[in-house]
Amino acid sequence: MENKTYEDLFEAKLAKNEMIEPKDWMPENYRKHLIRQVSQHAHSEIVGMLPEGNWITRAPSLRAKKVLLAKVQDEGGHGLYLYTAAETLGISRDALLDNLHTGKAKYSSIFNYPTLTWADIGAIGWLVDGAAIMNQVMLQRTSYGPYARAMVRICKEESFHQRQGYEIMTHLAFGTPEQKAMAQDALNRWWFPTMMMFGPPDAESPNSENAMKWRIKRETNDQLRQRFVNQTVPQVEYLGLTVPDPKLKWNEAKKGYDFSEPDWAEFKNVISGNGPCNKERLGARVKAHKEGAWVREAAAAYAKKQNQSIAA
Amino acid sequence: MSDSQGPLWEVFVQKKAGQPFVHCGSLHAFDKEMALQNARDLYTRRNEGMALWVVPSSAITASSPEDMGSFFEPANDKVYRHPTFYQIPDAIGHM
Repeated sequence: MENKTYEDLFEAKLAKNEMIEPKDWMPENYRKHLIRQVSQHAHSEIVGMLPEGNWITRAPSLRAKKVLLAKVQDEGGHGLYLYTAAETLGISRDALLDNLHTGKAKYSSIFNYPTLTWADIGAIGWLVDGAAIMNQVMLQRTSYGPYARAMVRICKEESFHQRQGYEIMTHLAFGTPEQKAMAQDALNRWWFPTMMMFGPPDAESPNSENAMKWRIKRETNDQLRQRFVNQTVPQVEYLGLTVPDPKLKWNEAKKGYDFSEPDWAEFKNVISGNGPCNKERLGARVKAHKEGAWVREAAAAYAKKQNQSIAA
Repeated sequence: MSDSQGPLWEVFVQKKAGQPFVHCGSLHAFDKEMALQNARDLYTRRNEGMALWVVPSSAITASSPEDMGSFFEPANDKVYRHPTFYQIPDAIGHM
Protein backbone atom coordinates (compact mmCIF):
# COMPACT_ATOMS: atom_id res chain seq x y z
CA MET A 1 0.00 0.00 0.00
CA GLU A 2 2.74 2.39 1.07
CA ASN A 3 4.63 1.82 -2.19
CA LYS A 4 1.53 2.47 -4.23
CA THR A 5 1.26 5.94 -2.77
CA TYR A 6 4.86 6.71 -3.62
CA GLU A 7 4.35 5.45 -7.13
CA ASP A 8 1.26 7.62 -7.51
CA LEU A 9 3.24 10.66 -6.40
CA PHE A 10 5.97 9.82 -8.89
CA GLU A 11 3.49 9.39 -11.74
CA ALA A 12 1.71 12.61 -10.77
CA LYS A 13 4.99 14.52 -10.90
CA LEU A 14 5.76 13.20 -14.36
CA ALA A 15 2.26 14.06 -15.53
CA LYS A 16 2.72 17.64 -14.32
CA ASN A 17 6.12 17.86 -16.05
CA GLU A 18 7.83 18.24 -12.69
CA MET A 19 11.36 16.99 -12.24
CA ILE A 20 12.33 14.00 -10.17
CA GLU A 21 15.15 14.83 -7.74
CA PRO A 22 17.74 12.50 -6.16
CA LYS A 23 15.98 12.16 -2.80
CA ASP A 24 12.53 11.56 -4.34
CA TRP A 25 11.15 8.06 -4.41
CA MET A 26 11.52 6.51 -7.86
CA PRO A 27 10.79 3.08 -9.29
CA GLU A 28 13.86 0.85 -9.29
CA ASN A 29 13.63 0.41 -13.07
CA TYR A 30 13.59 4.17 -13.59
CA ARG A 31 16.76 4.44 -11.50
CA LYS A 32 18.40 1.58 -13.41
CA HIS A 33 17.41 3.01 -16.76
CA LEU A 34 18.90 6.39 -15.83
CA ILE A 35 22.13 4.93 -14.46
CA ARG A 36 22.55 3.07 -17.73
CA GLN A 37 21.72 6.07 -19.92
CA VAL A 38 23.57 8.79 -17.97
CA SER A 39 26.69 6.70 -17.45
CA GLN A 40 26.72 5.67 -21.10
CA HIS A 41 26.46 9.35 -21.95
CA ALA A 42 29.34 10.20 -19.58
CA HIS A 43 31.52 7.41 -20.97
CA SER A 44 30.84 8.68 -24.50
CA GLU A 45 32.11 12.14 -23.57
CA ILE A 46 35.30 10.72 -22.05
CA VAL A 47 36.02 8.18 -24.78
CA GLY A 48 35.10 10.87 -27.31
CA MET A 49 38.20 12.78 -26.26
CA LEU A 50 40.40 10.07 -27.80
CA PRO A 51 39.70 10.27 -31.56
CA GLU A 52 40.09 14.06 -31.45
CA GLY A 53 43.08 13.98 -29.13
CA ASN A 54 44.75 12.07 -31.95
CA TRP A 55 44.98 15.34 -33.93
CA ILE A 56 46.03 17.84 -31.26
CA THR A 57 49.74 17.46 -32.02
CA ARG A 58 49.10 17.61 -35.77
CA ALA A 59 46.60 20.48 -35.98
CA PRO A 60 47.41 22.59 -39.07
CA SER A 61 47.81 25.91 -37.19
CA LEU A 62 48.24 27.28 -33.69
CA ARG A 63 44.66 28.60 -33.84
CA ALA A 64 43.33 25.18 -34.82
CA LYS A 65 45.34 23.57 -32.05
CA LYS A 66 44.03 25.97 -29.38
CA VAL A 67 40.47 25.40 -30.55
CA LEU A 68 40.82 21.62 -30.55
CA LEU A 69 42.41 21.62 -27.10
CA ALA A 70 39.52 23.72 -25.77
CA LYS A 71 36.98 21.40 -27.37
CA VAL A 72 38.58 18.24 -26.01
CA GLN A 73 38.78 19.87 -22.57
CA ASP A 74 35.04 20.62 -22.81
CA GLU A 75 34.33 16.96 -23.57
CA GLY A 76 36.21 16.00 -20.41
CA GLY A 77 34.14 18.54 -18.49
CA HIS A 78 30.91 17.18 -19.95
CA GLY A 79 31.90 13.69 -18.87
CA LEU A 80 32.45 14.96 -15.32
CA TYR A 81 29.08 16.78 -15.15
CA LEU A 82 27.41 13.57 -16.23
CA TYR A 83 29.33 11.30 -13.88
CA THR A 84 28.26 13.40 -10.90
CA ALA A 85 24.67 13.34 -12.20
CA ALA A 86 24.85 9.53 -12.38
CA GLU A 87 26.33 9.40 -8.87
CA THR A 88 23.21 11.08 -7.46
CA LEU A 89 21.40 7.85 -8.41
CA GLY A 90 23.46 5.93 -5.87
CA ILE A 91 26.36 4.51 -7.85
CA SER A 92 29.98 5.41 -7.02
CA ARG A 93 32.45 6.97 -9.45
CA ASP A 94 34.68 3.93 -8.99
CA ALA A 95 31.86 1.58 -9.98
CA LEU A 96 31.02 3.72 -13.00
CA LEU A 97 34.62 3.70 -14.21
CA ASP A 98 34.93 0.02 -13.49
CA ASN A 99 31.87 -0.68 -15.66
CA LEU A 100 33.50 1.21 -18.52
CA HIS A 101 36.88 -0.43 -18.14
CA THR A 102 35.51 -3.96 -17.95
CA GLY A 103 33.25 -3.42 -20.95
CA LYS A 104 30.08 -3.83 -18.87
CA ALA A 105 28.92 -0.34 -19.80
CA LYS A 106 28.71 0.92 -23.36
CA TYR A 107 29.59 4.23 -24.96
CA SER A 108 28.47 5.71 -28.26
CA SER A 109 29.47 3.46 -31.17
CA ILE A 110 30.64 6.52 -33.15
CA PHE A 111 33.90 6.77 -31.20
CA ASN A 112 35.02 3.36 -32.43
CA TYR A 113 35.76 4.79 -35.87
CA PRO A 114 39.23 6.14 -36.69
CA THR A 115 40.15 9.79 -37.40
CA LEU A 116 42.27 9.38 -40.52
CA THR A 117 42.61 12.97 -41.76
CA TRP A 118 42.22 16.54 -40.50
CA ALA A 119 38.85 16.65 -42.30
CA ASP A 120 37.62 14.04 -39.81
CA ILE A 121 38.04 16.62 -37.04
CA GLY A 122 35.77 18.94 -39.05
CA ALA A 123 33.26 16.16 -39.70
CA ILE A 124 33.16 15.13 -36.05
CA GLY A 125 32.49 18.65 -34.79
CA TRP A 126 29.90 19.34 -37.46
CA LEU A 127 28.10 15.98 -37.70
CA VAL A 128 28.81 14.08 -34.49
CA ASP A 129 28.45 17.08 -32.20
CA GLY A 130 25.52 18.23 -34.35
CA ALA A 131 23.75 14.93 -33.76
CA ALA A 132 24.67 15.00 -30.08
CA ILE A 133 23.21 18.51 -29.73
CA MET A 134 19.92 17.38 -31.27
CA ASN A 135 19.66 14.66 -28.65
CA GLN A 136 20.89 16.88 -25.83
CA VAL A 137 18.54 19.77 -26.53
CA MET A 138 15.70 17.32 -25.95
CA LEU A 139 17.37 16.02 -22.79
CA GLN A 140 17.43 19.49 -21.22
CA ARG A 141 13.80 18.73 -20.38
CA THR A 142 14.39 15.15 -19.26
CA SER A 143 12.49 14.15 -16.13
CA TYR A 144 15.54 13.64 -13.86
CA GLY A 145 16.68 16.98 -12.42
CA PRO A 146 20.47 16.46 -12.18
CA TYR A 147 20.59 15.04 -15.71
CA ALA A 148 18.54 17.94 -17.09
CA ARG A 149 20.75 20.51 -15.36
CA ALA A 150 23.93 18.88 -16.69
CA MET A 151 22.38 19.01 -20.15
CA VAL A 152 21.66 22.73 -19.92
CA ARG A 153 25.33 23.40 -19.20
CA ILE A 154 26.46 21.02 -21.92
CA CYS A 155 24.18 22.49 -24.59
CA LYS A 156 25.51 25.98 -23.88
CA GLU A 157 29.04 24.77 -24.52
CA GLU A 158 28.33 22.39 -27.37
CA SER A 159 27.36 24.98 -29.96
CA PHE A 160 30.97 26.12 -30.34
CA HIS A 161 31.94 22.52 -31.07
CA GLN A 162 29.61 22.23 -34.01
CA ARG A 163 30.52 25.64 -35.43
CA GLN A 164 34.27 25.03 -35.25
CA GLY A 165 33.72 21.72 -37.08
CA TYR A 166 31.73 23.35 -39.85
CA GLU A 167 34.36 26.07 -40.16
CA ILE A 168 37.02 23.40 -40.78
CA MET A 169 34.74 21.85 -43.41
CA THR A 170 34.21 25.20 -45.20
CA HIS A 171 37.97 25.82 -45.36
CA LEU A 172 38.51 22.41 -46.93
CA ALA A 173 35.45 22.40 -49.20
CA PHE A 174 36.35 25.80 -50.65
CA GLY A 175 40.08 25.04 -50.76
CA THR A 176 42.13 23.09 -53.29
CA PRO A 177 40.59 20.11 -55.15
CA GLU A 178 42.61 17.81 -52.86
CA GLN A 179 41.20 19.52 -49.76
CA LYS A 180 37.67 19.29 -51.12
CA ALA A 181 38.19 15.59 -51.84
CA MET A 182 39.40 15.14 -48.26
CA ALA A 183 36.23 16.82 -46.97
CA GLN A 184 34.05 14.59 -49.15
CA ASP A 185 35.91 11.50 -47.99
CA ALA A 186 35.33 12.44 -44.34
CA LEU A 187 31.63 13.03 -45.02
CA ASN A 188 31.43 9.65 -46.77
CA ARG A 189 32.88 7.86 -43.76
CA TRP A 190 31.05 9.74 -40.99
CA TRP A 191 27.53 10.12 -42.44
CA PHE A 192 26.11 6.69 -41.61
CA PRO A 193 27.91 6.22 -38.28
CA THR A 194 26.44 9.62 -37.29
CA MET A 195 22.95 8.46 -38.25
CA MET A 196 23.45 5.46 -35.96
CA MET A 197 24.01 7.81 -33.00
CA PHE A 198 20.25 8.25 -32.59
CA GLY A 199 19.92 4.55 -31.86
CA PRO A 200 17.99 1.73 -33.53
CA PRO A 201 14.66 2.34 -35.31
CA ASP A 202 11.79 2.91 -32.86
CA ALA A 203 10.25 -0.47 -33.61
CA GLU A 204 13.45 -2.24 -32.56
CA SER A 205 14.65 -0.02 -29.74
CA PRO A 206 14.46 -2.02 -26.51
CA ASN A 207 14.71 0.97 -24.17
CA SER A 208 12.61 3.54 -26.01
CA GLU A 209 9.20 2.69 -24.62
CA ASN A 210 10.15 3.16 -20.98
CA ALA A 211 12.26 6.20 -21.80
CA MET A 212 9.24 7.89 -23.39
CA LYS A 213 6.83 6.77 -20.67
CA TRP A 214 9.07 8.20 -17.95
CA ARG A 215 9.77 11.34 -19.97
CA ILE A 216 13.49 10.61 -19.89
CA LYS A 217 13.30 11.05 -23.63
CA ARG A 218 10.68 13.25 -25.23
CA GLU A 219 11.25 12.38 -28.84
CA THR A 220 11.92 9.03 -30.47
CA ASN A 221 15.12 7.91 -32.20
CA ASP A 222 13.47 8.12 -35.61
CA GLN A 223 12.06 11.62 -35.01
CA LEU A 224 15.48 12.92 -34.00
CA ARG A 225 17.19 11.19 -36.93
CA GLN A 226 14.72 12.74 -39.38
CA ARG A 227 15.25 16.20 -37.90
CA PHE A 228 19.03 15.77 -38.13
CA VAL A 229 18.86 14.87 -41.82
CA ASN A 230 16.50 17.76 -42.58
CA GLN A 231 18.83 20.19 -40.85
CA THR A 232 22.11 18.84 -42.22
CA VAL A 233 21.41 18.34 -45.94
CA PRO A 234 21.33 22.09 -46.74
CA GLN A 235 24.65 22.44 -44.88
CA VAL A 236 26.12 19.71 -47.09
CA GLU A 237 24.78 21.44 -50.20
CA TYR A 238 26.32 24.75 -49.18
CA LEU A 239 29.71 23.04 -49.02
CA GLY A 240 29.21 21.64 -52.54
CA LEU A 241 29.59 18.13 -51.17
CA THR A 242 27.36 15.08 -51.67
CA VAL A 243 25.57 13.04 -49.03
CA PRO A 244 26.73 9.44 -49.58
CA ASP A 245 23.16 8.16 -49.88
CA PRO A 246 21.67 7.62 -53.37
CA LYS A 247 18.19 7.32 -51.85
CA LEU A 248 18.30 10.78 -50.26
CA LYS A 249 15.38 12.76 -51.71
CA TRP A 250 13.14 15.62 -50.58
CA ASN A 251 9.64 14.43 -49.81
CA GLU A 252 7.24 17.34 -50.14
CA ALA A 253 4.38 15.44 -48.52
CA LYS A 254 6.20 14.96 -45.23
CA LYS A 255 8.25 18.16 -45.56
CA GLY A 256 11.38 16.18 -44.93
CA TYR A 257 13.96 14.02 -46.66
CA ASP A 258 13.60 10.35 -47.41
CA PHE A 259 16.87 8.60 -46.70
CA SER A 260 18.49 5.17 -46.32
CA GLU A 261 18.73 3.53 -42.94
CA PRO A 262 22.28 2.96 -41.76
CA ASP A 263 23.53 -0.63 -41.71
CA TRP A 264 22.11 -1.84 -38.41
CA ALA A 265 24.11 -5.07 -38.56
CA GLU A 266 27.27 -2.94 -38.54
CA PHE A 267 25.86 -0.94 -35.61
CA LYS A 268 25.29 -4.10 -33.57
CA ASN A 269 28.72 -5.38 -34.47
CA VAL A 270 30.46 -2.16 -33.37
CA ILE A 271 28.40 -1.97 -30.16
CA SER A 272 29.41 -5.54 -29.36
CA GLY A 273 33.07 -4.58 -29.43
CA ASN A 274 34.07 -5.37 -33.01
CA GLY A 275 34.37 -1.89 -34.52
CA PRO A 276 37.64 -0.68 -36.05
CA CYS A 277 38.89 1.00 -32.84
CA ASN A 278 37.05 -0.58 -29.88
CA LYS A 279 40.15 -2.27 -28.46
CA GLU A 280 42.33 0.78 -28.98
CA ARG A 281 39.82 3.13 -27.27
CA LEU A 282 39.16 0.97 -24.26
CA GLY A 283 42.85 0.10 -24.01
CA ALA A 284 43.75 3.81 -23.91
CA ARG A 285 41.17 4.45 -21.15
CA VAL A 286 42.33 1.55 -18.99
CA LYS A 287 45.98 2.53 -19.46
CA ALA A 288 45.32 6.15 -18.46
CA HIS A 289 43.39 5.02 -15.40
CA LYS A 290 46.10 2.60 -14.29
CA GLU A 291 48.94 5.02 -14.93
CA GLY A 292 47.10 7.70 -12.96
CA ALA A 293 46.71 5.48 -9.90
CA TRP A 294 49.85 6.82 -8.20
CA VAL A 295 48.56 10.39 -8.57
CA ARG A 296 45.27 9.51 -6.85
CA GLU A 297 47.15 7.65 -4.11
CA ALA A 298 49.58 10.52 -3.56
CA ALA A 299 46.73 13.06 -3.44
CA ALA A 300 44.83 10.91 -0.94
CA ALA A 301 47.96 10.50 1.22
CA TYR A 302 48.61 14.26 1.14
CA ALA A 303 45.02 15.06 2.10
CA LYS A 304 45.20 12.59 4.98
CA LYS A 305 48.44 14.15 6.26
CA GLN A 306 46.95 17.66 6.05
CA ASN A 307 43.90 16.54 8.04
CA GLN A 308 46.11 14.96 10.70
CA SER A 309 48.19 18.10 11.12
CA ILE A 310 44.98 20.15 11.49
CA ALA A 311 43.70 17.74 14.13
CA ALA A 312 47.05 17.75 16.04
CA MET B 1 30.71 7.57 -0.51
CA SER B 2 34.33 6.49 -0.27
CA ASP B 3 36.01 6.42 -3.63
CA SER B 4 39.49 6.25 -5.13
CA GLN B 5 38.49 9.59 -6.67
CA GLY B 6 38.42 11.49 -3.38
CA PRO B 7 35.33 12.82 -1.62
CA LEU B 8 32.48 14.68 -3.32
CA TRP B 9 32.26 18.49 -3.13
CA GLU B 10 29.41 20.84 -4.02
CA VAL B 11 30.32 23.91 -6.06
CA PHE B 12 28.69 27.35 -5.76
CA VAL B 13 29.44 30.15 -8.21
CA GLN B 14 28.94 33.88 -7.87
CA LYS B 15 28.39 35.38 -11.30
CA LYS B 16 29.03 38.99 -10.40
CA ALA B 17 29.93 40.88 -7.24
CA GLY B 18 26.85 41.43 -5.11
CA GLN B 19 24.92 38.47 -6.48
CA PRO B 20 24.21 35.33 -4.46
CA PHE B 21 26.33 32.20 -4.75
CA VAL B 22 24.37 29.63 -6.74
CA HIS B 23 24.87 25.88 -6.74
CA CYS B 24 26.16 24.74 -10.11
CA GLY B 25 27.20 21.12 -9.62
CA SER B 26 29.61 18.82 -7.87
CA LEU B 27 33.01 17.24 -8.34
CA HIS B 28 35.54 14.93 -6.74
CA ALA B 29 38.76 16.20 -5.15
CA PHE B 30 41.09 15.08 -2.39
CA ASP B 31 41.44 18.38 -0.53
CA LYS B 32 40.17 21.98 -0.42
CA GLU B 33 42.73 23.46 -2.79
CA MET B 34 42.22 20.74 -5.33
CA ALA B 35 38.45 21.13 -5.05
CA LEU B 36 38.77 24.86 -5.72
CA GLN B 37 41.09 24.38 -8.69
CA ASN B 38 38.94 21.62 -10.15
CA ALA B 39 35.86 23.81 -9.69
CA ARG B 40 37.56 26.60 -11.62
CA ASP B 41 38.52 24.25 -14.46
CA LEU B 42 35.19 22.49 -14.54
CA TYR B 43 32.61 25.22 -13.94
CA THR B 44 34.19 28.54 -14.96
CA ARG B 45 35.93 27.88 -18.27
CA ARG B 46 33.97 30.74 -19.88
CA ASN B 47 33.97 33.45 -17.23
CA GLU B 48 30.82 32.07 -15.60
CA GLY B 49 31.86 33.47 -12.27
CA MET B 50 34.18 35.66 -10.28
CA ALA B 51 34.02 33.81 -6.99
CA LEU B 52 33.65 30.17 -5.97
CA TRP B 53 32.71 28.21 -2.88
CA VAL B 54 33.41 24.51 -2.51
CA VAL B 55 31.72 22.59 0.29
CA PRO B 56 32.18 18.90 1.19
CA SER B 57 28.90 17.24 0.17
CA SER B 58 28.93 15.34 3.46
CA ALA B 59 28.58 18.69 5.30
CA ILE B 60 25.21 19.43 3.68
CA THR B 61 21.99 18.58 5.46
CA ALA B 62 18.94 18.55 3.22
CA SER B 63 15.20 18.48 3.89
CA SER B 64 13.59 15.27 2.77
CA PRO B 65 10.92 15.23 0.07
CA GLU B 66 8.64 12.85 2.04
CA ASP B 67 8.25 15.41 4.81
CA MET B 68 7.94 18.33 2.45
CA GLY B 69 4.23 18.84 3.12
CA SER B 70 4.37 19.06 6.89
CA PHE B 71 7.82 20.67 6.96
CA PHE B 72 6.75 23.72 4.97
CA GLU B 73 3.14 23.65 6.17
CA PRO B 74 3.55 26.50 8.71
CA ALA B 75 3.96 28.98 5.84
CA ASN B 76 0.80 27.88 4.06
CA ASP B 77 -1.84 29.72 6.12
CA LYS B 78 -0.06 33.02 6.67
CA VAL B 79 -1.24 35.15 3.80
CA TYR B 80 -0.86 38.20 6.10
CA ARG B 81 2.88 37.91 5.48
CA HIS B 82 2.32 39.19 1.94
CA PRO B 83 1.81 42.88 1.10
CA THR B 84 -1.31 42.21 -0.99
CA PHE B 85 -3.15 41.05 2.16
CA TYR B 86 -3.57 44.68 3.26
CA GLN B 87 -6.06 47.21 1.94
CA ILE B 88 -4.60 50.65 1.27
CA PRO B 89 -6.96 53.51 0.28
CA ASP B 90 -6.82 54.31 -3.46
CA ALA B 91 -6.03 57.91 -2.63
CA ILE B 92 -2.68 56.88 -1.23
CA GLY B 93 -1.55 55.36 -4.54
CA HIS B 94 1.45 53.13 -4.62
CA MET B 95 2.87 52.03 -1.30
